[in-house]
Amino acid sequence: MEAFAHFVAELSAGEQKAAQAAIGAGFAYGLAAIGPGIGIGYVVGKAIEAMARQPEAAGMVRTTMFLGIAFTEALALIGFVVFILLGL
Amino acid sequence: MLGLEFPPINEVIRWQEVFPTFNKIGLIAVAAAVIASLVFILASRYDSTRAPKGVRNLAEIIIDFIEDNIVMQTMGRDGMGWTPFLTSLFVFIYLCNVPGIIPIIQMPATARMAIPLFLALVAWVIYNAVGIKHQGLFHYFKGIMFPPGVPKPIYLLLTPIELVSTIVVRPFSLAIRLFANMLAGHMLLVTFALLTKELVQGGNAALIPVGILPFFMLVFLTAFEVLVAFLQAYIFTILTAVYIGGAMHPEH
Repeated sequence: MEAFAHFVAELSAGEQKAAQAAIGAGFAYGLAAIGPGIGIGYVVGKAIEAMARQPEAAGMVRTTMFLGIAFTEALALIGFVVFILLGL
Repeated sequence: MLGLEFPPINEVIRWQEVFPTFNKIGLIAVAAAVIASLVFILASRYDSTRAPKGVRNLAEIIIDFIEDNIVMQTMGRDGMGWTPFLTSLFVFIYLCNVPGIIPIIQMPATARMAIPLFLALVAWVIYNAVGIKHQGLFHYFKGIMFPPGVPKPIYLLLTPIELVSTIVVRPFSLAIRLFANMLAGHMLLVTFALLTKELVQGGNAALIPVGILPFFMLVFLTAFEVLVAFLQAYIFTILTAVYIGGAMHPEH
């Protein structure tokens, strides 16, 4: 940790700003992935439960499952786009 | 010094221009449109009294898939008129996604914002136009802003949210979903390819066996991208179908 602080102190102002942006980008993506991760797991788990209970409804459940995944996943993807924008 | 040299994002997604104002992304998009048109034009030329074969079979499988899994599931029977539009949307997006895993080309055309954004704007114009045509301007916006079956005070909160989410967020989330998925897949492939190269050719003999691990990951991710390319085309198409279906048949 001390070596890292020493390393950071040696950087110029521009490089420090870039380093902070990189750290921020990492947090942006990591935090954005938590909620959708839980959400997608829940959606798929429930869909599998429904398919196991009623195999004849599997096609309909699968379509709805993909829709649910698509809406949930959008949040994580916005986080990914912010990650790219911050990292530039 | 701190890990491997990752190229800047602009180098990863920017290709040399074949000739000015026309780069390889444009080339992939044009090739996708030409291949799709060729397949369906050739398929339409078969004599329909004989058993289908070759290209005709392929085209029939694609159209059956769109009708059974997208149109019937979301719009019902009176959405059948949208099958040609949804088929061209699906095939175009799929053919733009798939170059991401074809060796030498290795770049999905949809990993640049231009193509997804334009497709999303097309979908946006169409579902709004369909809603206005089927329900009339007043009823369409009333249906969006005041969904039935909600207690009156809630409208204060619900109306702005619904309006913004239908008019502004929908096209952007459509575009960003496709763009970010393809870009993320592309970046993952770049990362593991670079890691493999760095470990194997880095000059440290002890690290060469370790290089097998990212290489297996690379192979696995390529197989995963085959699935993602299909799934994203499917999701984009089915969401467009859901939006058009929602505009045609409002909730009561």
